[in-house]
Order: sequence, then C-alpha cells, then structure tokens
Amino acid sequence: MNIPYTVEERPDTGLPNGKLGIWLFLASEVMLFGALFSTYIILRVGAPEWPHGELNVWLGMANTFILIGSSVTMVMAWASLKMHDWGKHRLYLMLTFVLAGVFLVNKYFEYASHWTRGEVPSHSTFLAIYFTLTGLHGLHIVGGMIVMAYFIGPGAKLWQRNPDQFTNRIEFTGLYWHFVDLVWIFLFPVLYLL
Amino acid sequence: MEKTGIHPGGEHAHVHVHGAGEHHEEELGFWRKYVFSFDHKVIGIQYAVTGLLFLLFGFTLMMIMRWQLAYPGKPIPLIGAWLGQDRAPMGIMLPEFYNQLGAMHGTIMVFLGVVPLAVGGFGNFVMPLQIGAPDMAFPKLNMMSYWVYFLGGVTMLASFFQRGGAAQSGWTSYPPLAVISPGQTLWLVGMIFLITSSLLGSVNFITTIVQLRAKGLSYMRLPFFVWAQFVTAFLLLLAFPPLEAAGILQLMDRLAGTSFFMPSGLVVSGKPLTIAGEGNPLMWQHLFWFLAHPEVYVLILPAMGIVSEVIANNTRKPLWGYKALVYSVVFLGFMSFIVWAHHMFMTGMGTTMSAFFQTTTMIISIPSVVILTALLLSLWGASIRFTTPMLFALAFLPMFGIGGLTGLPLGLAPSDIHLHDTYYVIGHFHYVVAPGTIFALFAGIYYWFPKATGRKMNDMLGAIHFWGSFICINLVFMPMFIQGLGGMNRRMYDGGLQYAHNAGLLKYNVVIGFAAWGLGLFQLPFIYNFFSSLKWGALVDRNPWEATTLEWSAPSPPGHGNFLTEPIVYRGPYEYSMPGSVRDFTPQFEPEKA
Repeated sequence: MNIPYTVEERPDTGLPNGKLGIWLFLASEVMLFGALFSTYIILRVGAPEWPHGELNVWLGMANTFILIGSSVTMVMAWASLKMHDWGKHRLYLMLTFVLAGVFLVNKYFEYASHWTRGEVPSHSTFLAIYFTLTGLHGLHIVGGMIVMAYFIGPGAKLWQRNPDQFTNRIEFTGLYWHFVDLVWIFLFPVLYLL
Repeated sequence: MEKTGIHPGGEHAHVHVHGAGEHHEEELGFWRKYVFSFDHKVIGIQYAVTGLLFLLFGFTLMMIMRWQLAYPGKPIPLIGAWLGQDRAPMGIMLPEFYNQLGAMHGTIMVFLGVVPLAVGGFGNFVMPLQIGAPDMAFPKLNMMSYWVYFLGGVTMLASFFQRGGAAQSGWTSYPPLAVISPGQTLWLVGMIFLITSSLLGSVNFITTIVQLRAKGLSYMRLPFFVWAQFVTAFLLLLAFPPLEAAGILQLMDRLAGTSFFMPSGLVVSGKPLTIAGEGNPLMWQHLFWFLAHPEVYVLILPAMGIVSEVIANNTRKPLWGYKALVYSVVFLGFMSFIVWAHHMFMTGMGTTMSAFFQTTTMIISIPSVVILTALLLSLWGASIRFTTPMLFALAFLPMFGIGGLTGLPLGLAPSDIHLHDTYYVIGHFHYVVAPGTIFALFAGIYYWFPKATGRKMNDMLGAIHFWGSFICINLVFMPMFIQGLGGMNRRMYDGGLQYAHNAGLLKYNVVIGFAAWGLGLFQLPFIYNFFSSLKWGALVDRNPWEATTLEWSAPSPPGHGNFLTEPIVYRGPYEYSMPGSVRDFTPQFEPEKA
C-alpha cells in the first residue's frame, strides 16, 4: 500500500502531504505563542509598574543575529540540495546546528546570571513571563536541533534512496526553523527593548 | 452474494516472490498488527474501544456521586467499603472525594470519552474510507496520537492514587482554587498529553481530507460526516494550543511558584500566601474557554455528521439542503471562536464584553438551528426504516433541540444571572452531549459495526438498549431544569441541604439517582450485544444498509489499504431514490450509464 502525494504534489492543491502538515502544525504554534503573548499583554496592562532594563540587551541582540544567521544557513542547506551539492548541504546543515547550539549556550549564560542574583520565575510577574516564553522558545530550539541531528546522522541515508523526499524534509525542517526564528524576532523587542 | 470480510485482510493474500530486490509485504506480527498498528482502521477501533471504556468509567463516577446526592451521608452500598479511609470512611463519602469525582467525571467524559470516540474513533475509521483513501496521510503520526492519548488517560487514572487524590477543582480548573488544591499537577500533565495527541490528530485529519480525496470527490461531493470532521479538526488545531499555554502557565504557578493567575493579597485558611502576586485569575478563564467553547462544537459536530449519514440512509432520500448544511457547519466553526466569554457573564468582566458575547452567542444559534431544521425536514415524506441506528439518530434530533433551546436563556446575560451555576446549566449541556452526542455515537456504532467487523449487531437488544436509555436519560436530566430554575446550586456535595429554597427540590435527587442507575443497567444489553455480535452476529456483505457513500464499496471489514480497486466518485453523496433509477440508491462509486 502506498499513500499518494508523500513526495510529489497533488495537482489540484499544488502541495505534497508533508508541506500542508507542517503549515498546519505551524498554525497551531502561532495559536500557542499567540496565547502567551496575549498573556504578556494582559499582565503588563494590569501591572502597577513594569520593570525596565532587567535584561542584557547585548546578549539578546547577539542571539537575534545568531538565529537570523542560522535561518540563512538553513535556506542554504535546502538550496544546495536543490542544486544537488551534497557536500555544501552537509556543511550548511551542520553550521545551522552549531549556531542553534551557540544560541542555547548564550541563553544559558543569561539564565545563570539571573539565577545567581536570585532572579527566579517566582520573583516577579515579569521574570515569570520572561522565563516561560524564552523557556518554551528554547524547547523549540532543542526540538529543531534534534530534527537536524537526525538528518545529519541516520536520516541522511534517505538522500541515496529518494533525494526528492529528502529535499522535501529539509524544506519542512527549514519552515519550522524559520518559525522558531520568527518567534524570537518577536520575543526580543517585547522582552528586551519595550 | 459476496462473501467478503470474514477474514480480515483476506483479499490481500500476497504471492511471495523471493526474487532479488523483489519487494513484498511481510505478514505483520501480533504487536504490529493489533497494538502498534499504522492502519487507520485498527487505530480507529483502538480509539473507539478506549473511549467507550472511559465513558463507562466516567459514568460510574457519576453513579457514585448520585448516591451521595440522593442519600447524603448514607454509606455507599456495594463499593463503599472498597473506597478507603481517605475517600469514604465507613463508606460515607467525604466532600473532597465528591469534588474529585465531579472534576474527573467532566474531564474524563469530555477529553477521554466523547472526543476520542467521536473524532479519534469514528473520524479515524470512517473518514479515510468515505473519501476513498488507502489510509491517513501520516500513518505513523496517527499511531503516535493514539498512544499519546493513552498516556494522557493513564496519567488521569493514576492521579486518583496519589496523595490527596485526583484534581478537585472542576473540569474547568479555575484558579486560584486550582493552583492551591491537591491533585492538579497530574491533571495538567495529563491534559498536556491529551492536547498534544489531538494536535497531531487534527494535522493528520486536515491533510488527509485535503490531499487524499479520491478521483472525482470534490468538496461539494463529500459526505456531511467528512465535512463535520474537517471543521472539527480545525477547531482542535486552533483552539487547543491556548489551553496548552494556559496549562503551562498553571503548571508554572504550581511548580515554579509564579503568580500568573494569583492575585496579590490572597489569604488561605487564615494565612497570607507568600507569592509575588499581581496575577490575573480571569485570564485563565479566558484562555480556558477560548478552547472549551470550540470544544463544545468538537463534541457536537461529529455527532451531527453521524446522524446525517444515518438519516439519509434510513429515509432513502437525499439530505434536505446539503449545501445549507455545509455552509452552516463552516460558519459554526468560525463563530465558535468568538463566543467563549458567554461562560463568564458572572465574573464582572463588564457589560460591554457581555453585550458583545451575548450577540455572537445569539448569532451562532442560527447555523445550529439550520442544521437541525435541515435534518428534520429530511424526514418529511420519507418511508423511514426504523433500524437500530435510526432510532438513536431520530432521538438525537429532539434531544439536541432541547439542549440547544435551553441554552438560549444562558446565552443572554440577564437570565444567566439567575441560572448560572445551577442544575439548569447541567441539564442544558447534558441534553446536548449525553442524549445528544452520545446517542449519535451509539447510532454510529450500530451503523458502522458491520463495516468494521463484517457482522451486524442484534436489533432486539439494540431496541432494548435504545428505549431503556432514552427513558432513563430523560428522567435524569429533565428534573434538573426544575431544580435549576428553583435556584439549586450545582456544586453542593450534599445537594444543598442547608438552603431553604432547596426544600422542595431535593426529592428529585432520588428520582435522578434511580434513573441514573437504571441507565447504567440498560447499557448491559449494549455491552453484551457488542461482544456477542463479534462472534455470532449475522454475516453481511459489503453494503448491508444499501448506502451510497464510498466506505460501502470496500470489503467488510476492509483489508490493509482499504479498497480492492482505486475508487472513483461519479456523483454526490446522497443520491437515494433518484428518478429513473431501478434501485432506491445510486452509490457514489457507481459509474454513469453510457
């Protein structure tokens, strides 16, 4: 039994199954983060005063550029597959993985500097929403890294068997990764600058 | 007469050619075939059976509660001695245990019973067959959503055995009470499993319906059941994540000591809480009802889908107003996202908000009435076949009608002030989901049982099950309207003995109790019928109901991959009694005559 349109596009929708699937998943992710951003707004509007300058803007900005960079390398990883350049694809995918790791290391130093000062989530509403939003975003980074590790490691064999399917999978990983990047692009100004 | 379906997958007897590089399908072992299966039909049956067991369990919790309400403070007979000292010392129920039963009854019925049966069970089994697909778009994901659901169920059940018992703040889990009550953490963890499961499922359902429709099956030729599942999947996809967010925030409140939902200055048992405060308890209610109102439609839309199939088949007529049904169900789906705060008229959120939400609530009743009217008009002039599924489907119409109409006074803020949190509310939403949705689900079980097993269920036992349940369930819920209009509060563990206005109302609790236990007894014929029909039910061919939709062109039961030849669709879903046709049904898969 074969399920149709796993690799090729269905003519009337112009989509393979996986692409529609990942977009639907991202739609639900928008609702998840949307609810949390709404929570942020409600808490902030209702608070008698809201702290400013508690976070290290330079670290946050560095992480913003790291993630934007990783989005670029992610696109390159997919584009090199389209051009059948396997070596370049490996390079760019590993680079994306490393950049994601650098982001997390940065984030760890940021978290640690708060903890050592006793600034834990229960300390204030601001820190509570800061840790929840960035923590959940961090989990999404980890999830993306697991998927990338799979395609660098055991998942890479698919390229020999079915290069089109492998290219599709890298594209879907990329869509997810750009979404995670996009969430951070909202998080950075909301938490660090405003 | 065809003799298919006695051996599951019998049509797929593979010729094993052991040539070099020759691809052949291995015969799957027991675990891969029945437990960790990728086949949408097996997963659908797993969902359905698990859902039915949870329905029975959730109903049992209610039967125990009903004893306490009928005879407050009397030892529970039969099982009272087994419940333990911290639940019911000497068999007499503690208020904390009553609260656990109430919270878990709601949670289990909604998230572990009805939705898994209606969406996971019927959606998984029937929908791919009705659109002519070999399976779901993502079979592995499908298996995973079942097992994540299963984990969520185990977590919920396990929560009864932790110190302090299960969650006891109602299925709505309003903070601050939920944040400071025992048992809530496991409830939240269980909910996160269930949300994840339904998320995976809804992605799969939408992709399958969009991508895997058979040749010729345009959107306006989809059976109404598929439309209902399609809209339901969108509701699950977009409404559940905010509850997941809220669940994460409440978990943070409980485990990390944050104050998302905890206002400043809270005093519990005479002691001020040492928390940061400044949180907003009303925010939980907004996030919760943003899910939980669409969830109501998740409960009802698949039921409407099932009833439409059964009614079209047993009236031998096309559904009245198919297009109106489709547009209504889509409109209903959209509107269900902007009515949530009609659950919150009493919270002091402001009259502007109330005015907005009561307006949208009145608007959403229009498509519901259109659907119910279209189904009712479908009966007009038909020579109805009173089969067992049809009995349940016919009962759905007035039951859902009562449930819907009694909701109107709750949707208007002025009358809701009187009725809020009374037994009237319980009567209202149970009419929608119990004799409404659950009757529709029974109709679906009797209707598709032959497709799933190749055998028919017994009609005599079916009639006993139907009439017994129908009478008992009305005796359970009808008196609640009287109690609620009299002002009886829905959350009192002794029914509200100390309040004078309840004096004339408490006697109904005995009636309701006996009706509830009777309802339990009348499920026994169903359980016996279900199992005995598996073995001794009358054998059927592919299309025992002489129906028109695609699932009836597959063998009963269908093998792996469903159809023997690629299905092609030539016409709309309900072409019954077409003029000029010899038979009174023209299936979607029957080619046009040249």
